[in-house]
Amino acid sequence: MTEKQSGPAPDNHWLVRPSTIRILWILFIAMLAATVVAQLFVEPHASFGIDGWLGFAAIFGFSSCALMVVVAKLLGYILKRPEGHYDD
Amino acid sequence: MTIDMVPPGLIMIVAALLIALTRGTVRTAIVLAAPLLTLWAVFQVPDGVSLSAPFLGYNIELIEGSSVRRLFATVFSIMAFAGGLYSFRTARGVELAAAFAYAGGSIGVAFSGDLISFFLFWEWMAIFSTIVILSGGSAAARAAAFRYALVHFLGGVILMVGIAALYVQTGSVDVAAMKATDFASWMVLIGILINAAAPPLSSWLPDAYPESSPTGMVFLSAYTTKTAVLALILLFPGEKVLVFVGLYMAVYGIMYALLENDARRILAYSIVNQVGFMVTGIGIGTEMAINGAAAHAFAHIIYKALLLMSAGVVLHRTGKSRCTDLGGLFRTMPITAFCGIIGALAISGVPLTSGFTTKTMISEAAALEHLPVVWFILAAASAGVFLHAGIKFPWFVFFQKDSGMRPKDAPWNMGLAMALLSALCILLGVYPEPLYAMLPYPTDFHAYKGYKLVFYLQLLLFSGLAFFLLLPLMRRTRTVCLDTDWIYRKGGKAVGGALTRVISSGYQGASAAVQGFLGKGQATISGLVGHERRLGSSWAIGTSVLWVLVLLVGYAVIYTLR
Repeated sequence: MTEKQSGPAPDNHWLVRPSTIRILWILFIAMLAATVVAQLFVEPHASFGIDGWLGFAAIFGFSSCALMVVVAKLLGYILKRPEGHYDD
Repeated sequence: MTIDMVPPGLIMIVAALLIALTRGTVRTAIVLAAPLLTLWAVFQVPDGVSLSAPFLGYNIELIEGSSVRRLFATVFSIMAFAGGLYSFRTARGVELAAAFAYAGGSIGVAFSGDLISFFLFWEWMAIFSTIVILSGGSAAARAAAFRYALVHFLGGVILMVGIAALYVQTGSVDVAAMKATDFASWMVLIGILINAAAPPLSSWLPDAYPESSPTGMVFLSAYTTKTAVLALILLFPGEKVLVFVGLYMAVYGIMYALLENDARRILAYSIVNQVGFMVTGIGIGTEMAINGAAAHAFAHIIYKALLLMSAGVVLHRTGKSRCTDLGGLFRTMPITAFCGIIGALAISGVPLTSGFTTKTMISEAAALEHLPVVWFILAAASAGVFLHAGIKFPWFVFFQKDSGMRPKDAPWNMGLAMALLSALCILLGVYPEPLYAMLPYPTDFHAYKGYKLVFYLQLLLFSGLAFFLLLPLMRRTRTVCLDTDWIYRKGGKAVGGALTRVISSGYQGASAAVQGFLGKGQATISGLVGHERRLGSSWAIGTSVLWVLVLLVGYAVIYTLR
């Protein structure tokens, strides 16, 4: 949704038009907000206290993903090898 | 043996033989009918031992029924049907036959009442899964199949040692719950964990499976690891070490999948990740946790096969499976993309899919047992699943950039197989009660509670936000990642090379010393019997014989060590 068209033959499929992508982002952000607001309308529940806080899952989900991406990126510097690494 | 009870695994194995012998319509009929017949037979298996036979002085129990055994055998049969439907027009005969024999072996394991028949079917699976990988046909597939076979036969030996030790200790080889407390039970546990793709040998799975054919990997993803999950449920429920093993697997799978470029290898890593959830559940060991592990295995087999079918169609149509080569395929492959997205949503545990109604059981079990660390890691791993499989797979394959390729959509049979599994993913998501009724313990679990819905929707949607905001950090590179398979792919060679160098230099030194010694001896003898020429020449022949012998031994040693 965010990446610019960089392919050899940019076409005009409605799904890749910048206007569509803008609408998709707006819808997406609205959904994000709605899931947090919805928490106010359901019975509160917490197994460990903190998991019942408003927007906890949102922050937890976002930050754990960010952490995993960054750690994977760092691991990549150690673990990544060119594709032919195991070929003789 | 009564006539109304046919061993379900046997049906698949006979079908495999017939598939190998037939062609055309007859073969297709067998491929499609045998799994359905097997499914029927699975439902006929009563609780308790219903078929036993004497074997090497021990009464082996070939068929022992229980709800969890039937649950796994059921999904194994469904999977054989869907896999057969997906494969029958393109897969080679040998691959189809091997896949059915392999599936039959897994059903055999599922109903084994004792560890001897369990072991026989276990090794049967190892043999025929190796043939499925070999059927990939490329040189890389042959090499990967060889490595796969090495790891699995090593696992088999460890398991065998454990079973034999168990028999010596207890005099019984019944499949019964135990704890890893001594040598015998540890060996059994390690043997099973190797097949579950647990660390440190988890790399056999992402190494070998992606080298198989587009159809082969669909079968491979279902049986070996999930048979191991069933074995852990039967043999090691509540074994605490499994909690750590499982959590490690869940995180390991995400990290490596994030680094991976090949779409089918991403999905292979995510098998390890998903099996990690199940292994954690088995380690927690409560009724709800075991239920969760079993239910999740059932759901996982279906959505993982669906994802691999989707990736398989792409590979079949384009010959490519690397994210760097793919992109933008949604334009001409809407069915494949749609079904792939359903599978991706299911694996992520999005509400209304089978992942949500099964995986959340394991998390809830952790919460009820007051295991906050386990619960938070599982929640983070759930977010990570959405990141590495839920969005990453469809995004890089079907959207991302426009690769310029405009391949045709799935052939009808592949499309039909994907539609069937997509429907099951949704059905189990909106109406999981029939699955819950098959679980090992009675349950009144309700996945759809307001707070759970809100929690998981927040978790997943904000993971999605993280994905799109962090895309620049996830640029695909044409790389592979080092894993423990390095030890036997490169490390062994390095050690062998070093040994050869050490030995050859030692050999050179030694041979010089021997030569000097012999030369001295010869001089001494010549000095003693110098005037007798015939004796002198016979010593020269003796020296050369000795030389040849030394060379041969040296050669043999170096050759063996290489």
